[in-house]
Amino acid sequence: MNGYNFAYLDEQTKRMIRRALLKAVAIPGYQVPFGGREMPMPYGWGTGGMQLTASILGAGDVLKVIDQGADDTTNAVSIRAFFERVAGVETTTATGTANVIQTRHRIPEAPLAPDQILVFQVPIPEPLRFIEPSEQETRLMHALEEYGVMQVKLYEDIARYGHIATTYAYPVKVDGRYVMDPSPIPKFDNPKLHQSDALMLFGAGREKRLYAIPPYTRVESLDFEDHPFEIQRWDESCALCGSRESFLDEVITDDAGGRMFVCSDTDYCLTRRGELA
Amino acid sequence: MKRPELDRPVLLDVQGITRLYGPGKGCEELDLRLHAGEVLGIVGESGSGKSTLLRVLAGLEAPDAGRVVYHRAADDALDLYAIGEARRRALLRLEWGLVHQNPRDGLRMGVSAGANVGERLMALGQRHYGQLRAAGQDWMTQVELDPARIDDAPRTFSGGMQQRLQIARTLVTRPRLVFMDEPTGGLDVSVQARLLDMLRTLVRQLGLSVVLVTHDLAVARLLAHRLLVMRRGRVVEAGLTDQILDDPQHAYTQLLVSSVLTP
Repeated sequence: MNGYNFAYLDEQTKRMIRRALLKAVAIPGYQVPFGGREMPMPYGWGTGGMQLTASILGAGDVLKVIDQGADDTTNAVSIRAFFERVAGVETTTATGTANVIQTRHRIPEAPLAPDQILVFQVPIPEPLRFIEPSEQETRLMHALEEYGVMQVKLYEDIARYGHIATTYAYPVKVDGRYVMDPSPIPKFDNPKLHQSDALMLFGAGREKRLYAIPPYTRVESLDFEDHPFEIQRWDESCALCGSRESFLDEVITDDAGGRMFVCSDTDYCLTRRGELA
Repeated sequence: MKRPELDRPVLLDVQGITRLYGPGKGCEELDLRLHAGEVLGIVGESGSGKSTLLRVLAGLEAPDAGRVVYHRAADDALDLYAIGEARRRALLRLEWGLVHQNPRDGLRMGVSAGANVGERLMALGQRHYGQLRAAGQDWMTQVELDPARIDDAPRTFSGGMQQRLQIARTLVTRPRLVFMDEPTGGLDVSVQARLLDMLRTLVRQLGLSVVLVTHDLAVARLLAHRLLVMRRGRVVEAGLTDQILDDPQHAYTQLLVSSVLTP
């Protein structure tokens, strides 16, 4: 199809990435290096997630791509069109019917099923990077479980704002061992990582690292005893579907202070409106 | 009558340490013993191998030859470079401390004073914000810093205050053994004097054992019980501090002592 191998990448590359993925699944939360390839889009647009998607995609799979929860934003539309063209796979916007869901910044609101795979696009895979610039040192810290500095960041939040003000890319400990950056998902989604039915894969294209959370794995968000982990809450409900449980985006509607809160997960919102209507 | 303990147990036993970066650069065939509760000063000119020796003792740099044995308890001796890196780093983090000459090397400049003091406690597994904060304020008071400045970034502190903060950060886990590399370097004399006074009090109160590297003989006189004089990577003279400074035997030590400026 169009002179490209199925799903763009050549078979050797896909095999190499699959091997790395097997290792990542075997060691939950551990960052596995892989020989990242050039993708026909800039770094930061989801090249890591795309390489993972390309290497796990089969001809019979149904693909869904979301960006900030929405199926109709630029990143989601272009990646979906890309795989339609180079793999000829069926695509969908319905969370329930997709086998592979590539995502940026969100986990779908609808619960995932055991036969689904969620692929995350990751900008900076190293949670320790903000405090330790040396890659050699951070790897050593992971190897020796020196995770005290992660707490320093949270301490600093409380000292400055009176509460843990980290709202996205909130660090988690996977299976009681590796501290992991769950990619810039809101901390609202962190509980969905814990004991998930679906396999979760994370790919960082620029840094050429991938990692995974296998299904039914313990994932704990870091916190303090007297400042436990909490997720965001809203006083409003979704202006379109009325949901009080989903993650809401604030949308400015005019230049006179008009605003509304709507679900960030468009498929969830549409489904609910269909049900409600 | 209570007699002082004369035969203190050996804490650190250093045998035949050699670490050379090139001929005459580094330290060669050094033996030394540090007893519990003792402050050992290492003096010498720039390039005499003092800092190299300190780095080897502190577990930061493996020697080319020789052993560093740490006596944790009477029947628990650890060969510093034979145990794994994981244990060595844990030892460094929990039982030992290192005070750098430049506080910027020892502090995290991007986070608040309280986070700096609390970091070693958090590494130990302390997960209670209120207790971490209380410990931070307590230690800031002990090193004569204003506890109200616990949320200020270290870069807003003066040089002397940063050095105090670094000392608080190191001592918070109550280490047994502390390495200090020119702790008063770069400070003006009045600030130096106050810092030395505080250090002397803390060392006595906490019963610390200290290896102190300095080129300042006055600092050595004030803090150290025993002195090693180094030159070109070797120890040329060793003995009690007052004995060495008042009655130097080796020509180089005599030169060093007579070079001190007096106003």
